[in-house]
Amino acid sequence: MAEIVMSQPPPLLHGPSDKEKKYDRQLRLWAASGQAALESANILLVNSGCGTVGVETLKNLVLPGIGRFTIVDEAVVKNADLGVNFFLDESCLGELRSKCCTELLQELNPDVQGEWFPKQQGSVELDQILLNSPTYTLIMYTMPISPKDLATLKEYGQKHHTPLMAIHSAGFYSYFNIQLPGSFPIVDTHPEAERTIDLRLTKPWPELIQFAEEMTKDMDQLNDHEHGHLPYVVLLLHYLEKWKETHDGELPTEYKAKLEFREMVAKSARTNNPEGGEENFQEAVSAVNRNIKECTLESTLAEVFAHEPSNDPDAKSSFWMIARAIKTFYDKYSCLPLPGGLPDMKAQSGVYVKLQGLYKAKARKDAQEVLEIAKSLSGGGDVDSAEVELFCKNASFVKLVNATPGDQDLSKVFEEQKANDGLAELTMMPLSLFPIYLALSATTHEPTASVDQIKESALSRLPEAADDMRISQACEEVARAAGGELHNISALTGGMVAQEAIKIITKQYIPIDNTCIFDGIASRCQVLRL
Amino acid sequence: MGASPEDSTARWQYLDHIRKTKGPFNPPSDEDEDTPEMLDTLGKSTILVIGAGGLGCEILKNLALSGFKNIHVIDMDTIDISNLNRQFLFRKADVGKSKAEVAAAFVERRVQGVEITPHNNKIQDFDEDFYMQFQMVVCGLDSIEARRWMNATLVNMVDDDNPDSLKPMIDGGTEGFKGQTRVVFPTMTPCIECQLDLYAPRAAVPLCTLATIPRQPEHCIEWAHIIAWDQEKPFPSLDKDDPEHITWLYQTALSRAQEFNIAGVTYSLTQGVVKNIIPAIASTNAIIAASCCNEALKIATTAAPALGFEDNYMSYHGDEAIYTNTFKYEKKEDCAVCGSLSKPLEVDPRWTLQELIDSLATNASAQLKKPSIRTESKTLYMRFPQSLEEKTRPNLDKTLREGLGLEEKQEIAVTDPAFPALSFKFFLRFT
Repeated sequence: MAEIVMSQPPPLLHGPSDKEKKYDRQLRLWAASGQAALESANILLVNSGCGTVGVETLKNLVLPGIGRFTIVDEAVVKNADLGVNFFLDESCLGELRSKCCTELLQELNPDVQGEWFPKQQGSVELDQILLNSPTYTLIMYTMPISPKDLATLKEYGQKHHTPLMAIHSAGFYSYFNIQLPGSFPIVDTHPEAERTIDLRLTKPWPELIQFAEEMTKDMDQLNDHEHGHLPYVVLLLHYLEKWKETHDGELPTEYKAKLEFREMVAKSARTNNPEGGEENFQEAVSAVNRNIKECTLESTLAEVFAHEPSNDPDAKSSFWMIARAIKTFYDKYSCLPLPGGLPDMKAQSGVYVKLQGLYKAKARKDAQEVLEIAKSLSGGGDVDSAEVELFCKNASFVKLVNATPGDQDLSKVFEEQKANDGLAELTMMPLSLFPIYLALSATTHEPTASVDQIKESALSRLPEAADDMRISQACEEVARAAGGELHNISALTGGMVAQEAIKIITKQYIPIDNTCIFDGIASRCQVLRL
Repeated sequence: MGASPEDSTARWQYLDHIRKTKGPFNPPSDEDEDTPEMLDTLGKSTILVIGAGGLGCEILKNLALSGFKNIHVIDMDTIDISNLNRQFLFRKADVGKSKAEVAAAFVERRVQGVEITPHNNKIQDFDEDFYMQFQMVVCGLDSIEARRWMNATLVNMVDDDNPDSLKPMIDGGTEGFKGQTRVVFPTMTPCIECQLDLYAPRAAVPLCTLATIPRQPEHCIEWAHIIAWDQEKPFPSLDKDDPEHITWLYQTALSRAQEFNIAGVTYSLTQGVVKNIIPAIASTNAIIAASCCNEALKIATTAAPALGFEDNYMSYHGDEAIYTNTFKYEKKEDCAVCGSLSKPLEVDPRWTLQELIDSLATNASAQLKKPSIRTESKTLYMRFPQSLEEKTRPNLDKTLREGLGLEEKQEIAVTDPAFPALSFKFFLRFT
């Protein structure tokens, strides 16, 4: 058998293409599917103020190869720009900042298209630009911004279901906020590998039961080598059966029972061999806690099942069709479709590959059933089997971001944060960064406001914060910057915003919900829903 | 062509404004007024950047735009095409050139008034006299070994009678969407070696699995890499950057995988396993490099409190929303570099000396690949000189307790050519 396989020549090697070589280190994170999404993205930056944080963000998106970007910025390059913005040089003085930054950003990656507005010095009509441009995948805007432009962008975001990212960097502080057009589901969330293991030990299917029984029926007759290479999945299934015989058919799912069960498995290992123990039994013992569990629903998936997508722009999307189909599957079997992966474990090659095949076959069967359910739903005829397979594989970790759209009540957030801060010494948690957000956002339209103006504006949104010392300090620190950006803080913030933009565009990993505040003095951030 | 003084004032107005204006979190200072001389501290200090790769390119840009005027950069690498997705100072036409030289020239061109001296070298090429000229060191490295060497050198340089001998070290690292920033004041705050066990080496797959019972595509690739290459020697020596060599390993691994019906061997995976490739993206480098430079600016100017004496470590996680953990890592009294006590080392008394030596490579708190070992009274194994190696080689097969007469709590000293200035002190704890 082996020889027959060997006699086939290995397939001709087409080494990686130049593009695969260039993007190798990122393809290992978001794969060709994520790269394709990036390459078709069309991003708008509405730039203002010192103008660095938006350009730094774009740098981190041009490098991995977004399709196209546009900078709208009516500023003319002055000396102060050259002390904070890397994508300008001496020759740019007196030129349009939008044009110069676009040209120097484009140098980073010849595969990316760049565009800028205005074409001549003067003010820009943002609504006209939006009207005459192809639809944007994502819009970023930096503070300060005029109320009129802000309204224009929000309206565009609503109309075209375009996510908006607001970015504000001043002095040692920054924050950014993501406004998604509706609930935003993600299938490919990339959970850590060990979290995704689902061995179904408490609910084995017939083929798996049969496999385990066959391997263990004359266990004591096996020689040391064979005995020491029984895969731990097989061992656990075998000893679970034994356990059930003496425990009224119950499984050891409670803490104390698990301890006893571990003891039982550990004691069954052979110790009269040269190694004085068996590695596969050790693996089995340490797999008990994590793997012997009832099928449960992750809270994030429960949220997806409970969600009523009727008001969402994509209520008819295949995501919601498959989600409904999986819920039907779950209601029927009290278990999710099997993800199908099998971790490495001590075993003979052939045995392991067979066991792996059993898990894969069951996963395919479950996915097929989900596909059939989905196709039977009204509007589900076009659901794609590859999408169903991916969904089934990741079902436990599917995540709905922005499940309940709408603004938060600022007073309520303030109250919660203050309550947490009151317990901070006990819980060892750092103090809230909410004051930074409140102080920065008081300068959304007026970057160079005085301390008193900032405090007044902040308190007009939150009168109960009048005596709050931390808010007062944050206002002083914001006033200190006088609207000036520090390059480091803007570069750091540009990195965070770019990571989030990549997550939104590729629909991989989990973006924040919805505001991230950075404190460059304490060197940490906090995410709040605001 | 230099900028006029007025231009220069205008150019740095945002930065200078913050430096001149006291904030609510500034430490109290003796001076009431900030003088122009004080603003010039940045222009007078010399800062060293180690690494001109993903982090290094960002660090050079950030320091130049933070007002640092004299910067040196060390990197021995040349530019590869796979760098271009994040190392933004390099273009396709630069492939093959020195990273340090191209990066330095680019930033000097872009930011007027900054002087960057490139060193196309290894850090080990320089001695303490060289490192003494800098006020601060910022590291953007991808190797733990280089970090440990630099850390040990900076700790050893501290002379209590000479305050200038203390060089703050700021260290950044990234992997995928995650990263960390650390600030070390050598001898005063926990050093990189104190934190060694945070970076446990990946457990190696047992050789017998590779040789007889492969189950994963990685097992087949490691087999091709470790076993088949040595047996067949298709090329005189393995060059992991040579596509022909990787292709040979890929095809060899693929044949083996087919023999065992194992799916998943690809060219990309082969390259990843053999070169131990860590995914890297521009945005994470931007975050960590800027965080490092923010700390550098705060230390150099006291414009705001920096990491170091209280919190000294920031970890960043971007996979699942954003989460930072900024905390105070504690100094270890048994740190091989900055501590005075010896560390416990768990060993089985039935082990041979060779087994003990092998365990030091994977032990999270040692991570020594080529150790030599002695007790206070006896040389157990020495790699150099050759005569001593030959003399001590028979000890390798002797067991620790019976064969060599080592006892519980016995002190041993371990040296390794990667860290010539160090002696790692352990005491044995029998299991």
